[in-house]
Amino acid sequence: MTEHFDLPGGGVASSSPLVGSGTEPTIFEFSVPGRKSSSFRNSGVDILDPASVLDSNFLRSTEVELPEVSERDLVGHFTRLASRQYSVDLGAYPLGSCTMKYNPKFADNVAGMPGLSAVHPASPTGLIQGWLELLVMAEEYLCEITGMKAATFQPAAGAAGELTGLLLIRAFLEHTGSKANKIIIPDSSHGTNPASVTLGGFEVLTVPSDEDGLVDIEALAKILDDGVAGMMMTNPNTLGLFEVKITEIARMVHEVGGLMYYDGANLNAILGISRPGDMGFDVVHSNLHKTFATPHGGGGPGSGPVAVSSALADFLPGPKACRLNDGEGKFGWEVPPLSIGRVHSHFGNALVVARALAYMIFNGSDGLKMASDLAVLNANWLKASIDDYYEIPFNGVCMHEFVASARQIKKDTGIRGLDIAKSLFERGFHSPTVYFPLIVEEALMIEPTETESPQTVRALADALIDIAKLARDPESKGALHDAPTTTPVRRLDEARAARNPKLVF
Amino acid sequence: MGSFVPHTDAEIAEMLSNLGLQEIDDLYDHLPDGARFNGELSIPVGVSEADVLDFMDSLARKNRPTGRELICFAGGGAYDHDASAAAMAMASQSAFVTSYTPYQPEVAQGVLQALFEYQSLISRLSGLEVTNASLYDGGTALVEAANLACAHTGRSRVLISRGIHPNYRQMIKTYARGSGHEVVEVALSGCSTDLSSVSLNGAAALCIGYPNYLGEIEDLQEAKRLCEVSGALLVVVYDPVSVASLKSPGELGADVAVAEGQSLGVPLSFGGPYLGLFSAKSGLVRSVPGRLVGETVDMEGRTSYVTTLRTREQDIRREKASSNVCTNQTLIAIQAAIYLSWLGRSGYAELSRRCFSATRYLADGVSLIPGVKVLNRNFFREFAVELPIDAVLTVEQMADRGFLAGVAIKEGYEESPLEGALLITATEKRTRIEIDNYLQALREVVAK
Repeated sequence: MTEHFDLPGGGVASSSPLVGSGTEPTIFEFSVPGRKSSSFRNSGVDILDPASVLDSNFLRSTEVELPEVSERDLVGHFTRLASRQYSVDLGAYPLGSCTMKYNPKFADNVAGMPGLSAVHPASPTGLIQGWLELLVMAEEYLCEITGMKAATFQPAAGAAGELTGLLLIRAFLEHTGSKANKIIIPDSSHGTNPASVTLGGFEVLTVPSDEDGLVDIEALAKILDDGVAGMMMTNPNTLGLFEVKITEIARMVHEVGGLMYYDGANLNAILGISRPGDMGFDVVHSNLHKTFATPHGGGGPGSGPVAVSSALADFLPGPKACRLNDGEGKFGWEVPPLSIGRVHSHFGNALVVARALAYMIFNGSDGLKMASDLAVLNANWLKASIDDYYEIPFNGVCMHEFVASARQIKKDTGIRGLDIAKSLFERGFHSPTVYFPLIVEEALMIEPTETESPQTVRALADALIDIAKLARDPESKGALHDAPTTTPVRRLDEARAARNPKLVF
Repeated sequence: MGSFVPHTDAEIAEMLSNLGLQEIDDLYDHLPDGARFNGELSIPVGVSEADVLDFMDSLARKNRPTGRELICFAGGGAYDHDASAAAMAMASQSAFVTSYTPYQPEVAQGVLQALFEYQSLISRLSGLEVTNASLYDGGTALVEAANLACAHTGRSRVLISRGIHPNYRQMIKTYARGSGHEVVEVALSGCSTDLSSVSLNGAAALCIGYPNYLGEIEDLQEAKRLCEVSGALLVVVYDPVSVASLKSPGELGADVAVAEGQSLGVPLSFGGPYLGLFSAKSGLVRSVPGRLVGETVDMEGRTSYVTTLRTREQDIRREKASSNVCTNQTLIAIQAAIYLSWLGRSGYAELSRRCFSATRYLADGVSLIPGVKVLNRNFFREFAVELPIDAVLTVEQMADRGFLAGVAIKEGYEESPLEGALLITATEKRTRIEIDNYLQALREVVAK
């Protein structure tokens, strides 16, 4: 339907297919004995042979077989590898629940400031006043945005935040004498949720979704008892739908003594619009690499800070940056009185926190709300653009993402969600998240994010529509089975990789 | 204010009109009153890029980073090495920086192949066949190793040497609150683990440092013998620079070898992002946490790479998964792989010898200062000293003289003389003149 959606100012899409094809040898294959890149400063220290001091029993007899390559070949290799990789900087990345928005370049400058990046973690507090202030400020911003009281930045990713949050719930309940041991999660939840619940020493109770794609309140009421330690939810949920009964759900869980855990995977939908604390949540983790635009790095580093209500603040991991009441405005470390202990070797992915704080300050209260506003508008506009061609199982107003289904297309034509995903690669886009959430057959979970222009969103809609039309054309649907053909490699033999794992060169 | 939202007002109006809406907030009409935030967030409004950079710079200026004004002799798992410009530049390519987890291999061969090379490189360092695509940090890698050992042996008691980083020991206890594992610390004799006191009966693992946090090279052969008798796994926390010269953990019988990978070309970064190295024997491959990248072919027979053995992972096994790791430290792992390739075979060995040599020169000088005593017997790149004055005070006074003197051991050690000792290192970056000046300054500080 996008031909009806004319944009007033013109413009074209900004997204292009990946370049680079053929194969690239491994770094080991470039190796030639005696070649090298590295050089060392003239330190003036005499170089000792370890064997002259240490027992030869300790020492290896041959050097580790690292590749021997010139710097030019090294740079060529990794530049070619980079050309075989899709990225946000290259084009749109509408992976649902991943929030692959544009990562501002100024944050790279922040992370590169020597005053931040060259600081040793064991420095005394007198030398790290800037870092401590930064962490305190980031905590204040995050607590305001989420409606919480205090936060830790130690968790290095969302899953680490989940486990930290669950250990906080455990410690809090044990402190109150509760033996509750069950955590409720919706059937639409991300896989890290149940895995974290198990690692937190709890049992998983699953609550089904109702016909509107929301938590089934009646089913929830049936499983609530004093054995329930808490409930983990995202809101909006993984279908992109706002759980409109959230305050009632929170009341019900609180009534049996349980706590409410907010998985911040979808926080980008609600900045300045709704706050987990106001909804009734007690523990909130955020993914700074999603909502606050720190780069995902091909799979990390992330940052998964956990913010809590005042009741749980005393249990947070320590040490934690704080303002000192010294009248001089100085900062220091504190260990909360009932702390669960450390969850990171140092203070978390600190430079990621610095990037996120810079993003929050840049956007401010108005910019953060605008980010969510446009994320939600883009998602709804995209959904309306394609809903004549794709089933939308829960087709109300969505938040920052929605889930389409290729169930009917598959039934009619044999073309699967996976084929649709792969076909997008040759049309200049990354795929949506496929086959998740598990409660939707042939799910395509689509999150355009706010940083894609309407031209790009429209081009994505056109590509999806084109694919849906081709699927229904017996002449052309074979191309979808064969896709992608223009990428550096085509579909992989994944079974072979698992059957005979070759994990090292 | 600045913004990364590209939409013009006219475009927003048109899009809303397409949806039959008047204004943006109409999109939230279905939110119930109790859940709708009607105020404005109590944080300042947005600013320009220049403003935010000025502000972040003002925070950065309130720190005293390592460098010419604060010459770093501190380690404790975070080391001040020279960087490779090529490695930094290659790891900063936006294709690596701004990509997602490589779930769609056709468009992620860059990250996947780089991770495959990373796994191969780290397996050569650790001497163990299987390496995952990284974990968050050294401490997390140890926690995951303990979890693997418990799952593999069906036992729940984990023995951990007090020679291991006190922060890692605290982490393993934190996570044991959930796993229910029993964590037992093994005492030290001097700076090394007192293996004569160890009873491994019914233990899932013995975790030991190599060299340990205090810099001491532990007797892994004896540790391995004890593990073999009892059926416990030997988990070694190694230093990736030292093992360029020392025998690898794998060669000495480690079942799992983990490490903090920061010293492989990663800036000090106030403690993160770093990366956890995790390697295991091939027989444990199906219990390894995190992502594994494997080689395969595409439908045209071309060599290609894909995440594999995925059925171990949380998104498939859900509550039955033994680890919840999803996002890891991929970019830092790629950076480490490029740095190791830049070092190359001879450079890696030379780096290690240079760290060893500088540390030995430093230790020889330190031991000549009255009242200062080196506590180690066999050390490689770091050592602990007993001081005649408080170590925390020493670090503060040395900072006034332009040195980050070391890591003052405050927590994790109650035993004398380790409590209040100072942990010192000198990397390849330290010159003889810097070391001589450090020794002079330390002599003055402890004499007062």
